Amino acid sequence: MSKRKTERLLGLVVCLLSTGRYLTAEQVREAVPGYPEQDDLFKRMFERDKEDLRDLGVPLETGLNHPFDDDPGYRIRQQAYELPELRLEADEAAVLGLAARVWQRAELAGAAAGALLKLRAAGIEADDEPGAARGIEPRLGTPEPAFGPLWEAVRDRRPVTFSYRAAGRSEPQQRELEPWGVVNRHGRWYVAGRDRGRGATRVFRLGRIAGAVKFCGPAGSVTVPDGADVRELVRDWDSTPARDHTAVLRVRSGTGVGLRQHAVSVTADATEPDGWDLVTTRFADVGSFADYAAWFGPDVVVLDPPDLREAVIRKLKGVLT
Amino acid sequence: MSALVTSTERLQRLLALVPYVVSRKVVGLAETAAAFGVSERELVDDLNLLWCVELRAPDPYCPIDLSYEGGEIVVSQAESIGRPLRLAVDEASALLVALRMLAEVPGLEDRSALSRLIAKLEDAAGEAASVSSQVAVQVDMPPGDGPDGLAAQLGAALSAGRRVHLRYYVPGRDEATERDVDPMRLLVVDGRPYLEGWCLRAESVRTFRLDRVLQLTVLDRASSPPPEATPVDVDQGLFRPSPDDVHVELELSAEGRWVAEYYPCESVSDLPDGRLRVILRTPDTGWVRRLALRLGEDCRVLAPPALVSEVHQSATAALANYVV
Repeated sequence: MSKRKTERLLGLVVCLLSTGRYLTAEQVREAVPGYPEQDDLFKRMFERDKEDLRDLGVPLETGLNHPFDDDPGYRIRQQAYELPELRLEADEAAVLGLAARVWQRAELAGAAAGALLKLRAAGIEADDEPGAARGIEPRLGTPEPAFGPLWEAVRDRRPVTFSYRAAGRSEPQQRELEPWGVVNRHGRWYVAGRDRGRGATRVFRLGRIAGAVKFCGPAGSVTVPDGADVRELVRDWDSTPARDHTAVLRVRSGTGVGLRQHAVSVTADATEPDGWDLVTTRFADVGSFADYAAWFGPDVVVLDPPDLREAVIRKLKGVLT
Repeated sequence: MSALVTSTERLQRLLALVPYVVSRKVVGLAETAAAFGVSERELVDDLNLLWCVELRAPDPYCPIDLSYEGGEIVVSQAESIGRPLRLAVDEASALLVALRMLAEVPGLEDRSALSRLIAKLEDAAGEAASVSSQVAVQVDMPPGDGPDGLAAQLGAALSAGRRVHLRYYVPGRDEATERDVDPMRLLVVDGRPYLEGWCLRAESVRTFRLDRVLQLTVLDRASSPPPEATPVDVDQGLFRPSPDDVHVELELSAEGRWVAEYYPCESVSDLPDGRLRVILRTPDTGWVRRLALRLGEDCRVLAPPALVSEVHQSATAALANYVV
């Protein structure tokens, strides 16, 4: 950290905020101490300073005071710079404290802390320990390394490329995506957007991205179509199909608790009085229901339909091979 | 002074420090240092730096005037930086995404405060708020949504400080357990709600996934977790391996890779053909036996040997049921 640079940047902000007119680079050099004498060094340093301020979110404007001016000037409009007046009720301040804790150690933790600091600077006192008092403690994690770059890509509307291992595939594939948004569902992060290679809307799970996410186009080059609802896209991708098949199972008494919970009917198995029930239930597809039935091991036997029965037998034989 | 703070990060702090003092008129050094997470010495350095800022043209002047005599900071002249900088896109998004997630949490009482705060922040952030709608978190609702639902009942029990009776499903053991619990907190971790409470049966603090609660009854007894009931540190993760846990080693096919995404693994290593070797630790291997049956040929249990034979026996017994 350089103290001189901090002083110079602070001087620059105050100077450009205080001017009503656009100031040329040369006028800035005269007003703000700390810039070098040499022209090329000054130019480089001033460029970097402008970039640093813009990265901080300082609304630095470029313009001309007069249409015939040769050099562009710079200024910061007070109204664009300032956080607007904001007053919070006590109960609002309490939920603000809660919200600021959500990201705790995750990717946006620094941003949440920065926001809170600005609100405090505006005179707002957020409740610091709201969790204990209200009996609720919310947390959001971003363990997937792809979250950071994808959030930036969504924020800056930039296309990205990454290597993706789709479910059940042995080799990852390179994908190019115009990201529209990121969504957390069942505790996992997804990105939705337009897959350039497929020419279609696609959803990807961040945990299946292998290696780095790279930008492959300039900021602002992605357009999110009107009415694109990323939440809905992810929900559709992940949704369970309708349960329109019926299965009949033999379930040992006192077992299959989860299964019985969703059963259509449960009756004692008359053919075998020693502790079995007949359970009728609805299911969506043979593959995933066979997985579920196998989970219960010797406590659940599929009687019908035959393809489900076969699938479970195959699965159990698979365990033994 | 922390060497990790960059010039721009310090600038950010200075731009917040001036309005922080201005909005409070007079404020103590110690209190301010704590609010900004710096030492008093660092804070004094910041104040000196602000006081020394000088502009030379058109006429030389010092835009900021302040004092911190007797440990009280007063800013008498703040020029144009008397108000904080607007929220940046990241900052507005971090808060708005978190607030919208909270708005989905079942059983939260302060819904009106939430929506008022969301509206105020959206308003204050302006443009910067728009990207936040491209990030969403879905909270899994427990069954029985609505005023008579589980979440509402639990919320009522928490605010009234009442003991609850749970019928709770443990899929790993395929068992519905009955227990009395003194509720402590509602945790919402990565979109999934949990009840944290003192379990009178286990005589320890337990977390219960709300989607596995089969039935909840609010009892006519006060909730009184004992003094030793310490809340879980959610930032360390809800599931922490204990030294007594069994060490389980699995080899998964490409089709079975999802296991590493769903269960907390101690180590995951890639093998040829998209296969994976994972090591996990668990106090109870019952669920791993069931998982192995569920995965069929997509999973091989390598260790411990006792689990290898349990899986074998269980699959053999299950297959015997199909021999007519």
